[in-house]
Amino acid sequence: MRHELQNTRFMRWLDQRTGIWHMTHEALDEPIPGGARWAYVFGSGLLYILLSQIVTGVFLAMYYVASADHAHTTVEYITKQVTAGSFIRSLHMYGSSAMVVTLLVHLGQTYFFGSYKGRREILWMSGLILFSLVIGMAFTGYLLPWDQKAYFATAVGTNIAGEVPLIGDWLKALMRGGTEMGTLTLSRFFVAHVFLIPGTIFLFVGTHIYLFRKAGSAGPINEDPITPKQKPEQFYPKQVLMDFVFATILIGTLGLLSYLSPVELGPKANPSDTQFLPRPEWYYLPIFQWLKYWAGAWAVIGIVVIPGVVAALLVALPFMDRKLERRPWKRPVASFSFAIVLCGLIFLGWQSGHEDSTDPAVAKQLVKQTEETETFMNTKFQPEMMGSPLLIAAPLSPEAAKGKKVFVDNSCDGCHGDNGQGTENGPKLIGVSLKFDHDEMVKVLHNPTKKMRDGNMDPVDISDEDMNLLISYLNSLK
Amino acid sequence: MQDNLKEMTEDVLPANPDRSATHTMNAPHGDVHPAHYVGPHSGRRKFLGWFLGAGTLSVAGVLSIPLIRYALDPLTRTTTQTDWTDLGPESDFTETSIPQKRTISITQMDGWRKVISEKPVYVVKKADGKLTVMTSVCPHLGCSVKWVDGDNHFKCPCHNGIFTPTGTLVSGPPPRNMDELESRIVDGHIQVRYQSFRQLVTAKEVLA
Repeated sequence: MRHELQNTRFMRWLDQRTGIWHMTHEALDEPIPGGARWAYVFGSGLLYILLSQIVTGVFLAMYYVASADHAHTTVEYITKQVTAGSFIRSLHMYGSSAMVVTLLVHLGQTYFFGSYKGRREILWMSGLILFSLVIGMAFTGYLLPWDQKAYFATAVGTNIAGEVPLIGDWLKALMRGGTEMGTLTLSRFFVAHVFLIPGTIFLFVGTHIYLFRKAGSAGPINEDPITPKQKPEQFYPKQVLMDFVFATILIGTLGLLSYLSPVELGPKANPSDTQFLPRPEWYYLPIFQWLKYWAGAWAVIGIVVIPGVVAALLVALPFMDRKLERRPWKRPVASFSFAIVLCGLIFLGWQSGHEDSTDPAVAKQLVKQTEETETFMNTKFQPEMMGSPLLIAAPLSPEAAKGKKVFVDNSCDGCHGDNGQGTENGPKLIGVSLKFDHDEMVKVLHNPTKKMRDGNMDPVDISDEDMNLLISYLNSLK
Repeated sequence: MQDNLKEMTEDVLPANPDRSATHTMNAPHGDVHPAHYVGPHSGRRKFLGWFLGAGTLSVAGVLSIPLIRYALDPLTRTTTQTDWTDLGPESDFTETSIPQKRTISITQMDGWRKVISEKPVYVVKKADGKLTVMTSVCPHLGCSVKWVDGDNHFKCPCHNGIFTPTGTLVSGPPPRNMDELESRIVDGHIQVRYQSFRQLVTAKEVLA
């Protein structure tokens, strides 16, 4: 097929200018020692989820507003009003879980299969950076709906940053955009979630794939990772097909889940609520539970030192473990520490749920929170009411109110807009009292300047009494 | 010129009939043994190529349906709420021949916002004594037409369009008469349904 296409005149023309066949060849004819396997689908699976996250994320941004005033309303609008909005938001949220799970499998597999060995130190480290970036995406994205659990989970999350020695308070204030959570926090998290972290992710995904291709596939666990000896098979078609099937199952599962069980939105964040019990997304539960054990002066150890040591060990792994042996049963230390960490995380996650369900007060509050979410989801969407500010603001003085009638009766509003807020035919009058005092105002209304007359402003021909009322109205426009 | 073009479109590089084969041989690691190389013309490879292409397209196609519907959502919504607004008892208007100005509040949906704005309208008694309601928006460029008591006519302050007390165009640039709004009498009260109309055209045309 490719050769037939390759020989058409257009394709030759295109190839001479782009090198597209060479690129296609590089991408598809990658040799895989020992042949294609289902075990290798997770890396490309992550790419498909990333693609889905990008597309759904861009579409969510079409209706979303990152401000404490409007964020919750806009997410409610997406969830309750916009066609397929609930589906797309669910796909994005379930996608974030799928991303974390698939990433853990990919990382765990690389560790367990010893695929980081054999001149793959930079490849491994770029993967770890991607891991932390994805965790950062999950953390920053969680706040954006600005509902109760988003708000309080992020309050806890940023407090944890405050535990870092020396720079903790500064770091927390940097993340929050101040000492307290507020609209600046939301703006910052939004910028991190849609600009900073994704940009960095693109950079490192490119690096990661390039380095992977440079090092080549490590093959099965009994293969030599530097000079593979097993019979190779090209990436295309069999591995491509397996990757495609896996991606389709993944996306299909996410789609089905989003369709059958769309994610919910809780009531709008209420910072003065002292009862609310924040619970993070399930993949954060083990860490959430872990933090409970480290109180007071010990917190630094649990929150900073131990995670720091684990991270440093992970980074250092390919430098420390230089043997090319990859079979897990021949690497007891690596395999056991992997099993211990995995069991520990599962235990912590289970423990978190167990504690919540056995403490009656907590269980009761969590049930209440679930009910509040249900109630909110069942209420009809409430749009934000917008009026010209003066329709809502303090009532006018009696003179100004009469002046407003003069304003309307003389069609001033025709050009200067409702409540003097301006239209395309006339400038706004809000704040005009700062420009002219009473006498100047009378003068300019009786004899408009050339500029005003050029803009179709007629002299205002009304009684002195009406003029005074009109000016008191104009003075009220602030 | 023709020859140059020909040179540009033809392969002017030294002939290299099978670049992909050369590259396979130079692959950075693990050369593909000829015996395991599935030829480009093999039926299986060809079929899988089509299968993957069609599969990718159909998955992308199915997924794009909700995305398209999501993006088109605002096109399916009407923004103006066409509720009836009460202007007061009929007698307020029948006892005078002078057009009366009233300001009504109308609500427009703007995505997730509900925008309340004030719109001036005129209630006019026609020759046969029936009431009619007109928008104050000039059909010329959208300025607000004002009633001039002394001259007994409507005048648009922007470009001096003049209309009779019942809104018929007398002189000036407006392309048509003042626009009448839908109105009705319920329990002795006159009610109006506010709408906007296209400007600068001779026929009255409702804007959604």
